[in-house]
Amino acid sequence: MNEGLLRRGAAAAGQLARRLAQALPVLLVVAVVTFALLHLLPGDPAVMIAGDQANPEVIARIRADLGLDRPLIEQLLRWLYALVQGDFGRSLMLNQSVLSAVVERLPVTFSLAVLSLAITLPIGIVLGASAAYHRGTWLDSLVMGVALLGVSVPSFWIGIVSILIFGAVLHWLPTGGYVPIGMGLRPWLACLVQPAVVLALFQIGFLARLTRSAMLEALQQDYIRTARAKGLGEWLTVARHAFRNTLIPVMTATGIIISLLIGGSVIVEQVFALPGMGRLVVQAIMARDYPLVQGTMLLFGFAFVLINLAIDTLYVLVDPRVRYG
Amino acid sequence: MARAAATLRRLARHTSFRIGFVLILLLALAAGLAPLITAEAPTAMHLRLRFRPPSFAAPFGTDLFGRDLLTRVLYGGRLSLWIGFATAVLSSMIGAVVGILSAQYRRIDAVTMRVMDGLMAFPAILLAIGVSAALGPQTGSVIAALTFSYAPRTARVVRASALVIRELDYVDAARVAGVTDLRLMLRHILPNCMGPLLVQFSFTFAYAILAESALSFIGVGPPPPAPSWGNIIAEGRDYTIEAWWIMLFPGIAISLASLGMNLLGDGLRDLLDPRLRLDG
Repeated sequence: MNEGLLRRGAAAAGQLARRLAQALPVLLVVAVVTFALLHLLPGDPAVMIAGDQANPEVIARIRADLGLDRPLIEQLLRWLYALVQGDFGRSLMLNQSVLSAVVERLPVTFSLAVLSLAITLPIGIVLGASAAYHRGTWLDSLVMGVALLGVSVPSFWIGIVSILIFGAVLHWLPTGGYVPIGMGLRPWLACLVQPAVVLALFQIGFLARLTRSAMLEALQQDYIRTARAKGLGEWLTVARHAFRNTLIPVMTATGIIISLLIGGSVIVEQVFALPGMGRLVVQAIMARDYPLVQGTMLLFGFAFVLINLAIDTLYVLVDPRVRYG
Repeated sequence: MARAAATLRRLARHTSFRIGFVLILLLALAAGLAPLITAEAPTAMHLRLRFRPPSFAAPFGTDLFGRDLLTRVLYGGRLSLWIGFATAVLSSMIGAVVGILSAQYRRIDAVTMRVMDGLMAFPAILLAIGVSAALGPQTGSVIAALTFSYAPRTARVVRASALVIRELDYVDAARVAGVTDLRLMLRHILPNCMGPLLVQFSFTFAYAILAESALSFIGVGPPPPAPSWGNIIAEGRDYTIEAWWIMLFPGIAISLASLGMNLLGDGLRDLLDPRLRLDG
């Protein structure tokens, strides 16, 4: 292993420790915001659980059971104390712990997200980079037009149209549902390819637009002119100098793309009847299962913070100029 | 004034801005002039004319209750565009106030930015579903929920430009001349944040139109029977095979509106704020 890479690895490890320390307060804020959302919004959770017509004694009992009659600050501290011990609470509608409900559904959302990201990254980057390289040509206009459509057409609508065409009319793909990967790669892919592509469309549009502007900027730099002037081949100039520098802003945007991906999966899981996290949280919201809402929202927030942490750390490995204070 | 006029002239020559402007204008006119285009009421039922495919009499077909879909899409545009507009206006106002105050006062900044980070850790659409469900089925809930999700992003953008602007010489000069903080923020910092703010306004508008339809699809959008583009699709969802036209036309309308606002935003960004990146 060469020495430079080793040094960068050590820097990244130090970085990770520092960033982890910085992430802790953000995690706390995420927890407090989750709590505040559910408690400051109008509507009494106990009434929501019991229903509008329930008699006051039932409501009072639910309030006492959930500790909702205590002062807010005490409720918050109790909840945080439980969280630190890994106790995310119990779902009311599933009669199951929030954590185990999430763990059951995680593989579905994870499969969807990974497959979708695997489609998004190469296509979005290649489209954006080639549009920038062929700036002002018909190819540029075509690619940017498609990218713009990607960020403008509602994904759930594309999903419905796609189910109609590929599922109901052509019978090429299932119209919804999920088969675990353990049951075979083909059925797993068959039920995920449609939602993954539908989910990827928006991100591809977003990424292609972003990559194009980053690449345009890189192509205008002096080092590109220098590379050409010294007689470096066109392909090497673009690949080694322009494209590599394009990847840095693209990596920064990966956090945004993952956030879009998680948000989009909530809707897409609904369209394709995939039993994942997104469907769970929507069910929880609809059923007013407030421990489950609180727990799942919190886990979504945590996942986002930790993913960004991982990206920031990778960033240091890729770009030696970056040092966080 | 002369500078504003020059910017307007350059915008009028910008291709994507022009296409976006015309698209939005046409959609707004169609929605605004709905009563002149169609004599039907958007909620008038004709049970003997259920599920009629597009025809000369009903160009977009009819739905489960025999309601004319052209009429519903036209009137639905009023609600959907209103939700997009109101969300964009409220997010811009809240974002501008929070962003500028945070840039000006470090103590406010420490609190607001942590809260914004916390809010932005949740996917915007998930936050909107939760808030809209908690506030109950009203158009106002949808606007509040979407504002809640998008205002933090605007606040970040405004704060970033305000931080740059307050270091400029003329702001220093004004400060030395004894201008009050309030006047400094209103007269010197805010006007210079208008570029990024306008760009963010059009993208928020586009996102809000998409998000309204997604909320309707989940069942926490503006309540029926009053049509919105999103709830027409949601109602047609169970009949996609036998009556594909119910969801086709409002979907196209949503896409055109969102496309129009994205094009406007691209044009504004090119001219007002060439350094701004696509992050939202």
